[in-house]
Amino acid sequence: MPNLVPLLADSSSNLLAARNQMGFTLGFHIVLACLGVAFPLMMLLAEWHGHRKNDQEALRLARNWSKAVAVLFAVGAVTGTVLSFEFGLLWPRFMDRFGDAFGIAFAIEGIFFFLEAIFIAIYIYGWERLTPRAHMLTAIPIVISGIGGAFSVIAANSWMNQPQGFDLDSAGNVTHVKPFEVLFNPATGYEFFHMFLAAYMVTGFLIASVYAVGMLRGRRDRYHRLGFIIPFTVAAIASPIQLFVGDTAARAIADDQPAKFAGMECIYKSGDDQTEYIGGICKDGEVKGGIGIPGLDSILVGFSTSTYVKGLDQIPPNDRPPANTLLHNAFDTMVGVGTGLFLLAVWFAISWWRRRDFPQTKWFLRICAVAGVGAIIALECGWIVTEVGRQPWIVNGFMRTSDAVTPAQGIWWVYGVTMALYIGLGVTAVTVLRALSRRWREGVPEEAGEIPYGPPPGEGSEASA
Amino acid sequence: MSSADVCAVILWIGVTLYAVFAGADFGAGVWDLLAGRGERAERVRGQIDRSIGPVWEANHVWLIFVLVVLWTAFAEAFSAIMSTLYIPLALAALGIVLRGAGFAFRHALPGPVQRPATRVFGLASVLTPFFMGTVVGAIAAGQVPAAGDGDPTTSWTGFLPLATGVLFVLVAAYTAAIFLVRDSGAGGDEELRDYFERRALAAAVVAGAAAVVGVIALHADGRYVYDGLTSWPGIALVILSAICGLAALVLLVSGRNYGLRAAAVGAGAAVIWGYYAAAFPYILPTSLSISGAAGASATLTAVIIVFVAAALTVIPSLILLYVLSQRRTLDAYSSASEATSPRQ
Repeated sequence: MPNLVPLLADSSSNLLAARNQMGFTLGFHIVLACLGVAFPLMMLLAEWHGHRKNDQEALRLARNWSKAVAVLFAVGAVTGTVLSFEFGLLWPRFMDRFGDAFGIAFAIEGIFFFLEAIFIAIYIYGWERLTPRAHMLTAIPIVISGIGGAFSVIAANSWMNQPQGFDLDSAGNVTHVKPFEVLFNPATGYEFFHMFLAAYMVTGFLIASVYAVGMLRGRRDRYHRLGFIIPFTVAAIASPIQLFVGDTAARAIADDQPAKFAGMECIYKSGDDQTEYIGGICKDGEVKGGIGIPGLDSILVGFSTSTYVKGLDQIPPNDRPPANTLLHNAFDTMVGVGTGLFLLAVWFAISWWRRRDFPQTKWFLRICAVAGVGAIIALECGWIVTEVGRQPWIVNGFMRTSDAVTPAQGIWWVYGVTMALYIGLGVTAVTVLRALSRRWREGVPEEAGEIPYGPPPGEGSEASA
Repeated sequence: MSSADVCAVILWIGVTLYAVFAGADFGAGVWDLLAGRGERAERVRGQIDRSIGPVWEANHVWLIFVLVVLWTAFAEAFSAIMSTLYIPLALAALGIVLRGAGFAFRHALPGPVQRPATRVFGLASVLTPFFMGTVVGAIAAGQVPAAGDGDPTTSWTGFLPLATGVLFVLVAAYTAAIFLVRDSGAGGDEELRDYFERRALAAAVVAGAAAVVGVIALHADGRYVYDGLTSWPGIALVILSAICGLAALVLLVSGRNYGLRAAAVGAGAAVIWGYYAAAFPYILPTSLSISGAAGASATLTAVIIVFVAAALTVIPSLILLYVLSQRRTLDAYSSASEATSPRQ
């Protein structure tokens, strides 16, 4: 404990505390955000399938999923609110200088978030109160707001990577903001599609993994089959597109953010014929212990071994991203897991094409059972690459993170409390979802307040009183 | 009216909606905390669930709206407030997390954890409006310098901020009690209506007394706003608020539901706009003006466009949700008109 006191007074430690706090809360929220973006589509697909084929099990699935969406949305709304406080509490200098450029995307996001909140409640209330067609129509705004909200947030994040659409006056204040240039900066396109597909992959593989576990435990009924096939199919469709988009993004980063690219590929010396390293420790100007494939990095960047790739030697020392080993391995893990998920999707596709069914071997389900966690790991790694790779900048080339941080003391304490709180929140959310699923399995009728936005069951509280 | 002024009005519309509707949600949490145990307490909690269940998330989105408009259109003010009042703001954020999670999960959790979750929901419903109140009080007291980095403790622990914090909790409880009177009355539970009526009256008296203390505090520590509230046009809004408040009390004791909610909302909203008029042209009285804090002009235009788009999409959606959530009492109507083949 005494060691903590000098740490607390140290401003560079303050920066580390603030970065940890932001990183942890964002890393937590990003999973919920993905589920918020993509889960409603799964729910709508299940309902659509249910009405089209008059399949009561699919309708039961859709209805249960809508409750899970509500629970997850409630948690995500809370963690998202925390983030909007943190922008000001942790980075007041950044918001002061760049708020009128950075903020525009969030103003738009606000509408989508609002609509999503309202229509999730409408959808849940609508089960007993709307015709099938009208009810399915109320899910469409949820799906669209998920995509629109994701676009807005990613536009803000990509602007931090590729800031444009403003001038700076002599005092360094932002003037002449051009909102469209802010929103549609060079990184917006690939960052958005990459994240959008990631949301569908994470959600799809994660939900499918729940039902894969159920089937491995012997619950091989129609309900579990549908609960597996619908989300898995969506994720499987997203996987090959993601490989293409991710590859495009990496090449764009090599061009536009060479420091980040050199950091994530551990390229120390600029030049052509660059070796691609898989794994390893980046230290003292070289990669130790990684698998090196000569020339491949240049080929990946420019389709030829003669492609010149900028290394860290061309980046001034204080502009280089920190934690190269972390960055490099996070990138490789993301690519590795993503490729693995793609191969899993191919396996599924071949089996479906031949037999109109998913592979019946237990090993397929076993791999699927861990694919959900795998997708989350890939997501977190990708996010580390984007955020840590942009350091030491908060606004790439314009403002250092160290100049943006609050001088307020005690962030380490807040960080500790937040960790405890969020772990509690995560455990609670999982407990609630598991309790719900147990009740669904046992056929227990709905209870009042079982989910955050639900109407009273049985249209009256007498039953539960 | 400059585009900065339009953005300030937009900000204030968001503040009003958040303060009134989310405030009522917090107030409901206060009554939940005070409900005690037993059969009637469960009925009280049931009514609170029915009243705020469908709308609480939408109500709280207004806070995000306020924060986003503030940091986009008035980044300097946002940064100044955040870098000075980070302690009460962090505590309010903590309250928001605990309250949201507590409310969302209290029934879904396993039995033994339900009571603590309910307690957390109730306590967080008191703490959040209190700390929000200290933030507003500190701003009114001129404790937030335009450049930010004001004193992190004395800025919000003076007479005015603390009095404002208490006032916020009491007004939230009062508004909630009125909403709950109306909802339980509309639900046909006369005993519950009486229960909330007694509490609404008690809250009205206590909140009225706290408001007097608040005025004294404002006179002492927030002279600019005090002068604005006691002269045209601020005074007109204060009088309007008093009329609405009295009207609500008259409706309450005469057992009427019609207009009750509108009167309570009017009483709160009029004071909020009275503050706006009193603080004008400042966003941080008296260190930073609305025009001084305003961002780039294209950004302000973007905020205005976004607000219009939000109004055009969000308001009809909210009405749809409201109609749908009230449809429980119209079962006969809905089954006759459209539920031709009810599922289940």
